Amino acid sequence: MSGGALLSVRDLRVGFATEDGPLQAVDGVSFDLAPGEVLAIVGESGSGKSVTAQTVVGLTRSPGARIEGSARLGETELIGASDSELRLVRGERIGMVFQDPMTSLNPVYRVGAQIVEAIRAHRPRIGKGEAHRQAVELLDSVGIPDPGRRIDAYPHELSGGMRQRAMIAMALALDPEVLIADEPTTALDVTVQAQILALIERLNRARGLATILITHDFGVVAEAADRVLVMYAGRVVEEGTLDEIFYDPQHPYTWGLLGSLTRIDRPRPRRLPQIGGSPPSLLDLPQGCSFRPRCPHAFDRCAELPALDARVPETAEHRDRCWLDPETKREQRQVEGEIGLEAPA
Amino acid sequence: MAAFAVRRLGSMVAVLFAVSVLTFLVFNVIPAYDPAEEMAGKGAGPQLVQSIREEWGFDESLPQQYLAMMEKVLSGDVISYQGQENVDQRILEGIPATLSLCVGAAVIWMFFGILFGYLSAVRAGGLLDKSLTILAVAGISVPVFWLAAVMLEYLSYKTGIFPAKGYVKLTEDPVEWANHLILPWIAVAVTLVGLYSRVLRSNMLDAMDEGYVRTARAKGLSERRVMTRHVLRNSLIPIVTIFGLDFGALVGGGAILTEKIFSIQGVGFYAVESIENLDLPPIMAITLFGAFFVVLFNALVDIAYAFLDPRVELGSSAR
Repeated sequence: MSGGALLSVRDLRVGFATEDGPLQAVDGVSFDLAPGEVLAIVGESGSGKSVTAQTVVGLTRSPGARIEGSARLGETELIGASDSELRLVRGERIGMVFQDPMTSLNPVYRVGAQIVEAIRAHRPRIGKGEAHRQAVELLDSVGIPDPGRRIDAYPHELSGGMRQRAMIAMALALDPEVLIADEPTTALDVTVQAQILALIERLNRARGLATILITHDFGVVAEAADRVLVMYAGRVVEEGTLDEIFYDPQHPYTWGLLGSLTRIDRPRPRRLPQIGGSPPSLLDLPQGCSFRPRCPHAFDRCAELPALDARVPETAEHRDRCWLDPETKREQRQVEGEIGLEAPA
Repeated sequence: MAAFAVRRLGSMVAVLFAVSVLTFLVFNVIPAYDPAEEMAGKGAGPQLVQSIREEWGFDESLPQQYLAMMEKVLSGDVISYQGQENVDQRILEGIPATLSLCVGAAVIWMFFGILFGYLSAVRAGGLLDKSLTILAVAGISVPVFWLAAVMLEYLSYKTGIFPAKGYVKLTEDPVEWANHLILPWIAVAVTLVGLYSRVLRSNMLDAMDEGYVRTARAKGLSERRVMTRHVLRNSLIPIVTIFGLDFGALVGGGAILTEKIFSIQGVGFYAVESIENLDLPPIMAITLFGAFFVVLFNALVDIAYAFLDPRVELGSSAR
């Protein structure tokens, strides 16, 4: 375990037995989450980013799931922990926010009742009145106006942004050490997205809350993340600080994601750029680098899976899985169309 | 709420009107049947038949006959052709027995339907689930008359565990009341237990994939609480809906077979008797009584729905 990490995941592997055969949804993912840090896990649907996060808290419940590896929260090993041990972690030490706040809140209970339920599940001695008072405070702290009235609203009576704020309030009810936000802004309008991200950032600063932000949207990453993990087909293909990923992306897949961002600081392209091809089926992964069939720079060595190593000189924490040497890549990126941002002057 | 009540009342009247007209017409197109001749008895002279016909108004036009009939049914002094007794009176006398049968059966089928459905869903794929599935399918497949006959044969005639037939008033002897009703209750409930447990199981399995269930687990709730407060609670809403409809239909005539087999002198028993005699006034009154319950419970279902699911509002036409 590296020094100072709050959550330390090592070689996490999650396999499922499906009707069409076994597949490896998460294949050897490792990362550390430091206190107060925002770690973004980026990838397309099926890249294993959500499964990684849900497995850490024991919410991967498919009976055919095969889970290996380690995830330590402080001194507590979470992988293989019993349901009752995990229950003490969920909500209490790790709070979670999910993508769609409409379906993530139970439609038949008032928002307040759902927050009170979270509090009293862990603090049975807190009376209903006191829990209710705390819930009002929580709603207030996530910026819900008139919380004393909103607490009695049903989820469908709130807007999407308000619902997501209520979800965040619920996730924070027991003052957890870690917040896992799984696509927290995907279902929201852009302006509301920005508000929710600002809220997460504010809470992260104010409470020293370590946050795992799962998203497919590099725009979200740019706004909120300190460090970035790029996942593809169950593996981490690149990892580094926000600046390293944005200014010097190493993996062609990361270039592709960055190149797909619409930019207002560049001339408008005739077509929106995209990564050619589609993600591979996890049932039938290509040998070696999984991105090889879609990669314009693939060469014969790519049939061998590159390890996740530091390849850029003097940046030990910036790691990637690509055989190309960094200098070649920098040239290629220029030719291909200015991928990555210009380094600040 | 007021708009809802008015609309519901309006549709209730319309349904009852349609049902009464249909029943009346069906009865009047039965070939070669003349109530006057029936009442006069075999070998009666044509003069007697004619006088009965005039006295009872069988020679008037159909709309006039219909109106006269409805007026009598609704004012409570309709007299049956056979036995010349007050029909509404007999229906009222039959209601306690019918309700005893239906309410008791409902308690049994809801309790076991929910219990078995819940256990099946929580242990989905396991041995218990598979056993309950086989039982449920068997229960759904068994015809009431067969089950009733088998129970009578083995639990009553041969062993004497339960009394075979009849109905004892609750107010007279509660123990005997229950004792006489156990077999009929089971006969009515078995199919519905099977049906409800299957429906609840599948509702719950669907609900388990919902986002709010994942949220409930993410909050650190115990598995039991996740299952009862979130999965079961939300899965019960459609169960309550079909319960209202089934219960209305049961009171409104669904228990006819059971009442006949177990000689329970309820409304259904009276219905069988009247149909055997082609006795129009009680048939009209009982049909209206049944239709009334079906429509009433339909409305109650909507009200219950609004209570159980805060997204549903009474009086909104969105549904």
